[in-house]
Amino acid sequence: MVAERKIETIEKASSMNMMDQTRGLNYEENLLWEKAPGDHPGVDLPAPQNSTLRTGLAARSTVGLPQVSEPQVLRHFVRLSTKNYSIDHGFFPLGSCTMKHNPRLNEKVARMPGFAHIHPLQPESTVQGALRVMYELQNILGELTNLRGVCLTPAAGAHGELAGLMTIRRAHELNGQGHRKVILVPDSAHGTNPATAAMCDYTIRVIPTKDGGRVTVEAFKEALYANGGDGKDVAGMMVTNPNTCGLFEREIIECADLLHKAGGYFYCDGANFNALVGKIRPGDFGVDVMHINLHKTFSTPHGGGGPGSGPICVNESLRAYLPSPVVVQDKDGSYHLEGVDERPTSMGRLKGFQGQFGMHLRALAYILSHGADGLKQVSEDAVLNANYILSQLKEDFYVPFAGPCMHECLLTDKLQKDVGVTTLDIAKTLIEHGMHPMTVFFPLVVSGAMLIEPTETESKESIDRFITVMKAVAADVKSGDTAKFHDFPLSAPRRRLDETKAAREPVLRWKA
Amino acid sequence: MRYLPQTQKSRAEMLAAIGVASVDDLYRDVPKSAFIQGYARIDNHKGELEVERILGAYANENQPAGEGPFFLGAGCYNHHVPASVDYIIQRSEFLTAYTPYQPEIAQGTLQVIFEFQTMIAVLTGQDIANASMYDGATAAAEAALMAMRVTKRDKVVVGNALHPHYRETLATYIGNQSGAVLTEGQPDPQTACVIIQTPDFTGTPHALAEWRKLCDETGALLVVVVNEIVSLGLLPAPVEADIVCGEAQSVGVAMSYGGPHLGFFATKEKFLRQMPGRLCGMTLDADGKRGFVLTLNTREQHIRREKATSNICTNQGLMALAFTVHMALLGEGGFKQLARLNHEAAILLADSLAKVPGVKVINKCFFNEFVVELPKSAASVVRELAQQGVIAGYPFEDNRLLVCATEMTTDTDIGIFCEALREVL
Amino acid sequence: MSDNLKYTQEHEWLKIEDGNVAVLGITPYAQDALGDLVFVELPELGRKLTKGEHFAVVESVKTAAEVYTPVAGEVVAINDNLSGDPELIKKSLEEGWIAKIKLSDPTELEGLMDRAAYDKFTASLD
Repeated sequence: MVAERKIETIEKASSMNMMDQTRGLNYEENLLWEKAPGDHPGVDLPAPQNSTLRTGLAARSTVGLPQVSEPQVLRHFVRLSTKNYSIDHGFFPLGSCTMKHNPRLNEKVARMPGFAHIHPLQPESTVQGALRVMYELQNILGELTNLRGVCLTPAAGAHGELAGLMTIRRAHELNGQGHRKVILVPDSAHGTNPATAAMCDYTIRVIPTKDGGRVTVEAFKEALYANGGDGKDVAGMMVTNPNTCGLFEREIIECADLLHKAGGYFYCDGANFNALVGKIRPGDFGVDVMHINLHKTFSTPHGGGGPGSGPICVNESLRAYLPSPVVVQDKDGSYHLEGVDERPTSMGRLKGFQGQFGMHLRALAYILSHGADGLKQVSEDAVLNANYILSQLKEDFYVPFAGPCMHECLLTDKLQKDVGVTTLDIAKTLIEHGMHPMTVFFPLVVSGAMLIEPTETESKESIDRFITVMKAVAADVKSGDTAKFHDFPLSAPRRRLDETKAAREPVLRWKA
Repeated sequence: MRYLPQTQKSRAEMLAAIGVASVDDLYRDVPKSAFIQGYARIDNHKGELEVERILGAYANENQPAGEGPFFLGAGCYNHHVPASVDYIIQRSEFLTAYTPYQPEIAQGTLQVIFEFQTMIAVLTGQDIANASMYDGATAAAEAALMAMRVTKRDKVVVGNALHPHYRETLATYIGNQSGAVLTEGQPDPQTACVIIQTPDFTGTPHALAEWRKLCDETGALLVVVVNEIVSLGLLPAPVEADIVCGEAQSVGVAMSYGGPHLGFFATKEKFLRQMPGRLCGMTLDADGKRGFVLTLNTREQHIRREKATSNICTNQGLMALAFTVHMALLGEGGFKQLARLNHEAAILLADSLAKVPGVKVINKCFFNEFVVELPKSAASVVRELAQQGVIAGYPFEDNRLLVCATEMTTDTDIGIFCEALREVL
Repeated sequence: MSDNLKYTQEHEWLKIEDGNVAVLGITPYAQDALGDLVFVELPELGRKLTKGEHFAVVESVKTAAEVYTPVAGEVVAINDNLSGDPELIKKSLEEGWIAKIKLSDPTELEGLMDRAAYDKFTASLD
């Protein structure tokens, strides 16, 4: 009964924590259920009349919720909030995640009553302003990608991938090409790519990129024509561009041409659109479908893990197969949601309603704020910042693929790990210095990856401080002063957490 | 350009440090043909005031719930959100944090997820719940896919009146699996799961014992969908289910024209490893202090890739926070009281509508939503009432109208609605 | 070094009992690569396996490794103790085996490596 003993240890730890461990402004905070329950809730509601129920079922007697007053609730969540690091705290170079400034104007706009309190099934005559927001965002995303068919429904990047692949599948099926079952995916791809392809019942054929960090025409041909085939079994390819090593796929147009000749579609994972927005259009380098992460490129807040929003953009050849609904404009200038009955070629409905509308609004507010000139500057500054970091750290850390990079740069722990300091230690050292770590151990094509994406919303001072800390790490490792790295972080709300214990003996909810 | 800290001077310094003449030298790997000449064909940048004016004007073209009587539900509900909720979710530390992959500096988000998981588990009468899903419809689709994995069967049965959009989403997701079948009726020995919505789309609550029995006889899983989570403060917990999923927008989250909302997903412990989505668990740190981490990650796409339980890699984090704050404020007593107030508002609405000539209340039983039959096209009634500022409900099957009342519904609203109906019928 | 075990390139060891039953586990090389083990997913008893099929999953916090059978056959025993304590896999052959497979075709064993060949194979990987 090892498991029980250890859970008891957690309980002992928690009672000790909660009673004794608060110091200065560092508050320990227990769970809502561990607070002494009050005799009234934190809201005042009118008294029910206790009329006879018409539910047809017995009334529930207990639920199992805690009960505390409003000031206790506020204190609880405010104290919890102080244990989080956020983009408003400081540097957040999380590669492939685009942690940029989240303008508060966007929040204000999303809370306008005319947007916040409208229902997705209201008569369309009463929500013309909301439909106009969606229609304009569709057009702008179409313009920025040169992929003019846009559906805003997908709820996140992974949902956009699903939408995109299913759009491709629908197109193949309706064009007598339903036998195509293979999706080509480079080994450097995000894990969502193969997971999405599997959800669509596709099989994955891997394009190896190992040596140069890029997909070459040669490697692409080997995958496309594998086993002596002619590529006619290939439904499409999923490529992130710029790729997950922070590099632009130089030979992408040639690969796309070969793919198109074989009858496949090019799906671009738009996670890294921040390097291109306002400057380069994916539709002009061979892309047929792309999702856009509004929570990356277009600044909608990450919210501690969501909501995201992942609209997809497609070219004319795929527009008919987009998910439903999309917003269309009628001859009289009014807007409506185009249902499956109006466009039977659609791949169907992906979500309860038309998408994460609040995120569409925030993205539109961001785009209007930046404009064409600002967006171009966004990508240029993002690329400049990443290359500046690369140029300053290339002597101190191993650079697996030579630059220039795009909006993020890839380093590894190759020069440090032999003396026992790994990417994980470096990440935790950054925490000790008041910064969020970079993306670690991704992409998988190199060992000990550190993927650094500063974004355009960092000042040179902020970037220079990061460079200084990283150089100090490299210098300490070189001088043999390595023991301390395994203990970091020391000053964060928690030291390193025991993830093995969490996975071996899962405690996933509070129990009395 | 207010969001960009770099200056002409700092840009020049950095270019010099890199050793290139211009930023375009950094783009040398990009084919020339892909560059936009000049700027994209959209307007140039605008100040905060201008953007607010433009979007404020769009907002004013809409008719929001607060401006008149409002009786629309059908999977998205107009409830009151306490002021504290929005204050908390706008705190930078929650709003602008990332997914808690670095738990030492994300304990706030993680403890909230742990509390959210606990709340969903107790509400649904299940052992465990995940950190949330996109929305109710996708949660139901993921439940069906999970049932197919658990049972290794590929038939999904819809047992009662499921929200039509959930049904369509389910068809989209299931349609991806070769050999999968989506059908109506009762489970048989080939069935992976039977899906029961309660209250169902027409507002009727359902007892689950009979369905549990049918599932035990056939080996199918029982998936229960709840899209008005406030109902769980009055109706029995669906303890009979193997999976309970649905929509929790009603607590803490604005309608916001359909999203972001809050899907939830709960199940029995024995199905833990087949469950999609993020999970947060309790553990200890190096000093022996209690803490929380994302756990059981091996189910997920970033590890399992094509063998993952789902491709999902976000949760509706901020909405889950809003839910948790609102639910903490409601507490045990307030939540049950809120549910009862909703039911009583619906009773008053039903009794009032029943007195309008030509209107027939169809439901015998309901929670806060029910169907009325009208003597003419419900869609045209909805349009006519909208012109008078009344959002009447969801029209379907020609002359049926699904109407909803919540704690937001006043006696005056009901009076205006009935009067307007009398005029148009 | 030599022992009486057979090895695969997927880092499984096989011990042959009674001529037609293979006891299967994962080698120290694979154990080291995985790190702390948190979960083992075992096959159902009686399941018929084809050669090369994956029949178990060994998980650490960050990785899930599928275990493949190099031989066709039927699962005739599983090591239930691993469910409670996955780290047993590392202890010994007696405690750390995953499943016993009754061979459909004992000649399939012929293609597998012996200890010397396997040591040479792992040395070539580093």
